[in-house]
Amino acid sequence: MHANPWNPELAAALIARHSEGQGTLLPLLHDIQDTFGCVPEAAVPLVADALNLSRAEVHGVVTFYHDYHRTPHGAHVVKLCQAEACQAMGSRDLARHAEARLGVGLGETTKDGRITAQAVYCLGLCATAPSAMIDGKLAGRVTPARLDALLEALA
Amino acid sequence: MKLFVPGDAAAVAVGADEIAEALSAAGFAVVRNGSRGMFWLEPLVEAVIPAGRIGYGPVTLEDVPGLIAALHGDGAHALRLGDPEQIPFLKNQTRLTFARCGIVDPRSLDDYVAHGGYAGLRKAVALGAAGTVEEVLQSGLRGRGGAGFPTGIKWKTVAATAAAQKYIVCNADEGDSGTFSDRMIMEGDPFVLVEGMTIAGYATGATKGYIYTRSEYPHAIAMFNAAIRTARAAGYLGGNVAGAGFAFDIELRAGAGAYVCGEETALLESIEGKRGQVRPKPPLPAHQGLFGLPTVINNVISLATVPTVLANGAGAYKNFGMGRSRGTMPIQLAGNVRHGGLYETAFGVTLGELVQTIGGGTLTGRPVRAVQVGGPLGAYFPPALFDTPFDYEAFAAKDGLIGHGGVVVFDDTVDMAEQARFAMQFCAIESCGKCTPCRIGAVRGAETIGKIMQGREVAKNRALLIDLCQTMKLGSLCALGGFTPYPVMSAITHFAEDFARSPLPVAAE
Repeated sequence: MHANPWNPELAAALIARHSEGQGTLLPLLHDIQDTFGCVPEAAVPLVADALNLSRAEVHGVVTFYHDYHRTPHGAHVVKLCQAEACQAMGSRDLARHAEARLGVGLGETTKDGRITAQAVYCLGLCATAPSAMIDGKLAGRVTPARLDALLEALA
Repeated sequence: MKLFVPGDAAAVAVGADEIAEALSAAGFAVVRNGSRGMFWLEPLVEAVIPAGRIGYGPVTLEDVPGLIAALHGDGAHALRLGDPEQIPFLKNQTRLTFARCGIVDPRSLDDYVAHGGYAGLRKAVALGAAGTVEEVLQSGLRGRGGAGFPTGIKWKTVAATAAAQKYIVCNADEGDSGTFSDRMIMEGDPFVLVEGMTIAGYATGATKGYIYTRSEYPHAIAMFNAAIRTARAAGYLGGNVAGAGFAFDIELRAGAGAYVCGEETALLESIEGKRGQVRPKPPLPAHQGLFGLPTVINNVISLATVPTVLANGAGAYKNFGMGRSRGTMPIQLAGNVRHGGLYETAFGVTLGELVQTIGGGTLTGRPVRAVQVGGPLGAYFPPALFDTPFDYEAFAAKDGLIGHGGVVVFDDTVDMAEQARFAMQFCAIESCGKCTPCRIGAVRGAETIGKIMQGREVAKNRALLIDLCQTMKLGSLCALGGFTPYPVMSAITHFAEDFARSPLPVAAE
């Protein structure tokens, strides 16, 4: 995934885009994360200042939501659905298979920084379970063999 | 020849994009429709012939050359299904809310209008704001998000307020596992939701609508944002909607991976840019909702049903259903089920019919052991309760809920103690932290079930767990902590044998 290095001017430009409108903190944080690959600590005071919030309020929001992360993920992100409909179709075994193959648990990044594995709770593909999302691309009816092929295909 | 290849996320997840590309490259005009909701047949390619549509599915990339040859020839192919609407799963449905899904081009406003779109808004404007509220009230439509509160009463309350600014908020934070109806509407017939929200705005005097959906739904976000732009460009949103002299516009907000934001007050906090923590009620959102102002907050399916209610009249809608559950419900069959998908039908169909007859039993072919209805906060029912009719009150009477209409099927390999522990773990992960029973109770609950699974002081821990469930049920601020006991207690009640563990040898743990 392409991510820009931290750049206060670029951050200021993103912030300016959200200075109009109400309750724009979440959309702004999404933009920051899409741009920099995470919500860097240095962004927090800038955001707080622009939206007239305390740093604590911004920090509270960044840490409340599962999506936001303060350090970059691996080059590839593999999300495996671990919710009930996928459980009924073997998602727990699929997760164990992925963990064994990657050598990390869900929620961790491989030592070489290539792959971050995550649990996700529902992608809305519950009739074609188990499901995965790899670098934003959806996959349904994922067998261990199909997962291997998808991981193999990652550059 | 014109072909339909669904752009629905679930079809895409099983290869629809690649198939659409290959068919386009072969010179066919490909429309990316929504899904018909028969997911075991996806990717379902439909060819338009003079007599109607002919379906082929499930199509793999390897099937494409043969399919192309068939389409250029007499149409015969091993995957040929005939007219999709004659497939019993689809034929036996009553599609009101999903009438257009899978049929129209979801990017085309013209197609929407050609298939009856905006007839509901025209009727609403003819009835006037108060008449529209009354029509929705008379239809008996209840909140499809899960709580089942009458939609018309929410509208009436907001309409009666005098605030200068009011809001319509569409709850599209469809986080329940086993549910995908909101996603299908946003991807397959987004204008029906735009129209439903617009009617709500007209009826209550709200000029601004927000739709809050999940970041896990990128396809739905893209499609709905496109629909907003198209509707705005055509004058169906903006300062003078459809020339009817009222203003209404919509903004989409994406969540950030917090299940609790599906709870309406947490959702409002999140739109306001705060942590998604639950607000105590009262005040009700209808009085003090978004930014402290009167707000209608309805689920996607409730709002997407409003156009058909208006267009065909409250009476026509109300004639479907049973008891106090009027109209139809888009039921979602998911998990380990042979014929998984979206099944819209009048309330009253039994759980057994849904799972065994319509769903065809398990995909693995093993016996059904448990069915979780209503998402992660819904109860697990054994086949012994399969005579329960799909109805808000009937499920409540058996200590369950229909929730957002998700039905997740498990075969006999399921460990119900593991499922109960997951319910507590999920609640612990997703708790907003505002109230103690949920925040602490979920963690303790998961630990206690873990002890039971290890065979440690089973009777004592079982009693403790039941007591804890009672505390969470009665003491939590919202449905997350309050309903997590449903899956846990139903597992203990109906699958007691899974909790009667003998101590494991130490080495096995």
